This record gives sequence, structure tokens and C-alpha cells, in this order.
Amino acid sequence: MSLDPATVRRIAKLARIRVDEAQVEALRTDLNSILGWIEQLNEVDVTGVEPLTGGTQMALRLREDVVNDGGIADAVLGNAPDRNGEYFAVPKVVE
Amino acid sequence: MLTDLTLAEARDGLRARKFSAVELTDAYLAAIEAVNPKLNAYVLVTGDGARAQALAADAALARGDAGPLAGIPLAIKDLFCTEGVRTTAGSRILEPFIPPYESTVTANLLRDGAIFLGKANMDEFAMGSSNMTSAFGPVTSPWTRRGDNRALVPGGSSGGSAAAVSARIALGATATDTGGSIRQPASFCGITGIKPTYGRCSRWGVVAFASSLDQAGPVARNVEDAAILLGSMSGFDPKDSTSADLPVPDFAAACRRGVKGLRIGVPREYRSEGMPAEIEALWQQGLGWLREAGAEIVDVSLPHTKYGLATYYIVAPAEASSNLARYDGVRFGARTSGEDLASLYENTRAEGFGAEVKRRVMIGTYVLSAGYYDAYYLKAQKVRALILKDFTDVFRNVDALVTPTAPSAAFAQGEKMDDPITMYLNDIFTVPANMSGIPGLSVPAGLDAQGLPLGLQVLGRPFDEETVFAVGAALERAAGFTALPGIRAGA
Repeated sequence: MSLDPATVRRIAKLARIRVDEAQVEALRTDLNSILGWIEQLNEVDVTGVEPLTGGTQMALRLREDVVNDGGIADAVLGNAPDRNGEYFAVPKVVE
Repeated sequence: MLTDLTLAEARDGLRARKFSAVELTDAYLAAIEAVNPKLNAYVLVTGDGARAQALAADAALARGDAGPLAGIPLAIKDLFCTEGVRTTAGSRILEPFIPPYESTVTANLLRDGAIFLGKANMDEFAMGSSNMTSAFGPVTSPWTRRGDNRALVPGGSSGGSAAAVSARIALGATATDTGGSIRQPASFCGITGIKPTYGRCSRWGVVAFASSLDQAGPVARNVEDAAILLGSMSGFDPKDSTSADLPVPDFAAACRRGVKGLRIGVPREYRSEGMPAEIEALWQQGLGWLREAGAEIVDVSLPHTKYGLATYYIVAPAEASSNLARYDGVRFGARTSGEDLASLYENTRAEGFGAEVKRRVMIGTYVLSAGYYDAYYLKAQKVRALILKDFTDVFRNVDALVTPTAPSAAFAQGEKMDDPITMYLNDIFTVPANMSGIPGLSVPAGLDAQGLPLGLQVLGRPFDEETVFAVGAALERAAGFTALPGIRAGA
């Protein structure tokens, strides 16, 4: 499995990272070397093995379905790069 | 010098009123001023806050209601959110971020009276093994090779934490370990570090890298100090759904247990080709010490060891690509504007993330993308299950495992940078503990021929850090490691 430049551009798009045309080839080389190295997992027989999905073997806890936090809009918005009243502000999305 | 005391000695000295918390803190702040410019171990020094905390600690000591860490000055890895104090995760994208809340681990340390000297440098988002990927510049190791003054790396990602403790500009430090980021820098810097069992320390308020692997732990001057710090950092937290609801044992007491009658496993797959002879020799020496202390040494097999790293480089980037999606320039952190929302996202992340973070986010995005999920991510989760099974099987027969911590001593800044995989191979011995969630400790055991520290790693059963500490302390007693780095407070 080897990525072509179009796939590198597509991954960058999905990852929401702007990649300039001049960077595509270097990224392609790096990503291919990592993916090529990962291919060694193909030799492991995982027939009948259940995937391990998390770091703990304990069951996840549930909590009461109650409001236990909130009403702190200023703290939530305190780090916003741009805000408008009690809202995060972004460039116009709808024409 | 006050900065020469261990944490346990400083604690006892404070309680006996031989010196005050203000005096101890001032000694550390002066040492930071003198030494940190050579190391770049701190990205932020919080002197005023530290002095205020020291005054409060002295008052508590005078009243007789001081917490177990009252007056103990620590460095905090810049991955832990600290209320009102900038937290960057070593990234440009979080440069403006001032958390409005305190992480559970640091809140536990504050509850016990600790003093925070500042925020420790680290690889960006904890992605690295050299501290070369920090947006705030690399950390220089306080150690150099004999007769060679080239700057070495302290290891990573907790490079600032490890360098600060080693150079005696912090009495101890918090760190985190996703693939070896506590143990490898501890090994490189000649100090002790432990990644406890997954779930032992709350992840709440710790900037997330790979949530199923990330675990906080301490780095410290010696095994007992690490045990004392871990005792404070640990504990159940309802705000982390994977936090273990288990009592916190007396880790420091476990350091005095001894190893008589313990069965220590030696995994044969860790004898990798190309391992330097002196690391192999030190490993054998460590096993000899444990045998002399009454332990039984047993050969064991962990057949899937060789697949640990490749599995890691699917699971960790996949989780990172999801976790780092939150850095979009809208709610917090840095923003680079664009003509529309999509280009605002893309520009913000292109400017805000460094090269290694971008690589991993893109690998993660790819392995999770439609059509590739089963081939990569699901496959990796299955191999991960086999790695865990290897450990579960051997821990039926042995109480702990002993291995080298890293395949080499510290390397020079700029070395191993030619391709990503050369750097990734640093974590070959440490990654399996993250994949399986088990505890792992690195203890300095000797110097290589060039005068650089080498660590041995002790792995234990889940939630049996006590045996890990017992074995680590036994290795420490036998090794009698007293070497000090050339760059340090008072040198």
C-alpha cells in the first residue's frame, strides 16, 4: 500500500490541515515509510481475537443523568480567539 | 545545599523546622535562574505563585496541619492544565491558552501542600522521544558524554520534567507516558520515573494525546521519592470514566519490602539484535543483583513484543487525530484567519501544529478513514489484545519483569532525525506497557562507557505498583547509582 499525491491531499483535507503543494512530496515519503513499516502486522494471525478497545479491562461507569456543571459562560468563553456576547464568533458560514 | 536533598529528606527537614518552605523554594528559584537558561527545561517559571504557596506551607507546618507534600517544590509538565497558568502542551496552537480549571493530578498535589515552580517543556502534544518537537525549543540534557560537550537530548516527551529533576532545579516533577514518555527520559537523565497502571492517575485536565494509552506519573531523584509523589497523584476521580475506583496503597512502604522469594521474569524477545553490549551487560548485572537479594530469575516469552511499536503507531495516531480535532481556532487556542470557516480551520492547524504532530494526525486520519479502518485500526486493536494476553500469561508465573528501559543511552540533539521510524524505535521496550496498561518503572542502574546513565525497567501486574517499587528499590540499593550530571544546581 503506497499513497499517491492525490491521497495525501485528501488526507490533509480530512484532517483539516492546509498542505501546500510543495510539501506534498515530503509528506508522501514520510507517511509511506510509516505505513510500510506498519505493514508488518499483516504477518500476525488474529483469527478469532476480540479487539482490545481501551486501556482498562474494567467496565466503564455510568453516572446519574443530572446537570452537574454549567452556568459558567465566561469561563468557557474566556479563551475564545473571537467572541460575540455569549457566543463563539467565526467567519460568516451562510451567504 | 538545600537543592541536594531528596524529597523525603526535604520533607523531614521541613517538619523538623530545620529550614522553611520559603527558604527551600527560594533555593530552587535561584537554581532555576542560574541553570534553566542552559537547559530550557522550564517554559514558564511561576516564582510569585511558588512563594505564595511556600508561605502557606510554612503556615500549615507551624499550625501542625500540613499535608504530606507541604513545602515540596515541583515542576509540572506543561500537559497538565493549571488554573490561571498558561498550559501549552509544547504547541504553538495552545500558546495563548490559560485554563480556567486545575487538572485532578495537580489538584491532588496542591491539596497535599506541594509548591509549583513552573511548567516543564515537552515534545509537542507529548509526541516525541527527544524533546526536539517542542514549539518552545528543545531541552538540553544536563548530561554530556565524557570529553565531548555536544548537547544531548534528555529524552521525551517528558524531557523538561526529567532534565529539571536531574539538574536539581526541581525536587520532583509530574510527567505523562503514552509510549514511554516517563521512562525513557528518566533513563536518559539518570533518575527514576514510573508510569503507573492505566486508571491509577486521573486523566482529567491532562491535555489528551491517545486516551487509551495516556497515563500520568512522577519523575523523581530516587525510587522512594517517586513512590511518595505517586501516592499523592493517584486516586479515584469521577471526572475520568477510566479512573480506577481502588484504594491507593502505601507505595513508599512497598519500597522497603525487599524481593526475597519474588519470581522475576526475563522476556527473551527483549534481547533485540543490535542491542549495545553494555546494555545487555547491565541487564545481566541487574538480574544478578536481584538473585543475590533472594529473587528467582525466570526466562519468559512475550511472543508479540516485536509488534508492539507498529501497533502503537496505528492506535496512538488514530486516537490523536480524534483528540486533536478540537484545535480548530474557534473555542480556545491560537487562530489563523481564513476567508471562510474551512480555511480558518486549515490555516489554524497548518500554522499551529509542528511537523511531527501533523504527520501523526494525518496517519491517524488515514487509518480511520472509510475503507481502511478494518485493515489498520481494527487489526491493531486485535494485536493489542494479543500483547495484553502475553503479559497476562506470564504474570501467572512471575511477579515482575525486568528489562532495559531503552535500546540506547541519550543521543545528541539532531541525531535520529533523518526519518520518523528511527526516532520511534526508542520506545521499543516501553510501548508494550502502554498497550497493555500495566505499570512500568525506570531506575538508573549504571553508566555507559561514555559516562551516560542507563536505566532498567521493571514491569508489574495491573495495579501492583507495590511489587514494581519493591523490585525497583532493590535494584537501586544494589546499583548505588550516585553519578551526577555536569550541569546542575550548585555545580
